[in-house]
Amino acid sequence: MTTVPALSCDGLGKRFRSKWALRDCSLRIPAGSVTALVGPNGAGKTTLLQLAVGISAPSAGEIETLGWSPQRDPLMVLPRIGFLAQDHPLYRGFTLAEMLTFGRKLNSRWDDEAARRRLDGLGLALTQRVGKLSGGQQAQVALTLALAKRPEILLLDEPAASLDPLARREFLQGLMEAVAEHGVTVVLSSHILAELERVCDHLVILSRGRVALAGDTEEIVRSHRLLTGARRDVDEIAQLHSVIRATTTERQTTALVHANGHVYDSHWRVSDVDLEQIVLAYLALDPSPSPGPVAVR
Amino acid sequence: MITFHLDSHSGVPAYLQIVQQVRHAVSLGVLRAGDQLPTVKEVVGTLAINPNTVLKAYRELDRAGVVEARRGQGTFVAQSVEGPSERDYRPLQTELAEWLTRARAAGLDDDAIRALVAATLRTQLAVRAVA
Repeated sequence: MTTVPALSCDGLGKRFRSKWALRDCSLRIPAGSVTALVGPNGAGKTTLLQLAVGISAPSAGEIETLGWSPQRDPLMVLPRIGFLAQDHPLYRGFTLAEMLTFGRKLNSRWDDEAARRRLDGLGLALTQRVGKLSGGQQAQVALTLALAKRPEILLLDEPAASLDPLARREFLQGLMEAVAEHGVTVVLSSHILAELERVCDHLVILSRGRVALAGDTEEIVRSHRLLTGARRDVDEIAQLHSVIRATTTERQTTALVHANGHVYDSHWRVSDVDLEQIVLAYLALDPSPSPGPVAVR
Repeated sequence: MITFHLDSHSGVPAYLQIVQQVRHAVSLGVLRAGDQLPTVKEVVGTLAINPNTVLKAYRELDRAGVVEARRGQGTFVAQSVEGPSERDYRPLQTELAEWLTRARAAGLDDDAIRALVAATLRTQLAVRAVA
């Protein structure tokens, strides 16, 4: 495995007319990782993925995919990546055999045998027409075609959004098998973390066009703490640790902090938080005024 | 061969659930010395989890001497591993049944009993970690 990050951006920005869809985006996604790109609709997820594959050009800063600029050196990038757009575009009138021929003719690296094996394993016949397949089956076909390119990095934009829970699970099973077998780097976006929490080992939270948090998921969970205590000012704790969100009721103060080492302060009860709570805090989406103390498990 | 299942609401990390399920299967005799564990690809193909989670669990079991990785072949339950025998189980089960009767007589329901067992295990774990 190389030390070149699968994806890296420095001060990356994209502007549509006067509106910045993505701004000051700097991050590294290591090769071999499975990264969830999480944020509400309009946060810039699709924009970032389109910049990564070179469909659009940056308005500011730099982006490199597999160590190359997808705009300046597309031949060093395009043959090595797989991209699954939100609506997994397939030709509805094509049979699966025709879809495979199409892929084979357009790609220099093409593993036809693996693609046929995968479709067979899914119980799909090559004579079937794309338009007659269910949404889940179409997503699987799109994934099969993307994998047949033998990509080093696979970028998926909301791959599971339109699928029912069973199809979503089957899709992620297939994706994780590919990761186990070929070590392909995966970046997948979603507006909800829950469906990706078990599959990702890295996380990028986008909020209003900016990177709110990025890193290794275990490291993220380890470094965040929920503090609960009698009502008080959080200024003191904010001198040592970054307070991500603090809520105060008449008697109690609850603060989610990005802890700078251990939290030693007898005023607070310190508990662990799970990834989803952390994401919600960064997105400031949690509508409840106070989550209250986290139950001891 | 065993299959793993994950409880996403338990709060126990996924890799630890796999570790516990292997240990559990070994101690109950479902897995015996020399048995093969499912491959990483098989596990992620059924659970839809990150392969690193499975690798981490298998590494942890390897370090603990429960399993051994054989290059190019897979992961196997270690030869040295021996689960407790039927003979050990019987008296423990009898004592536990007696204890459960006393707990119910004291007014504990199933949930309270489970909570008490879990809390006691946790305390012992903490004591062992400190020792």
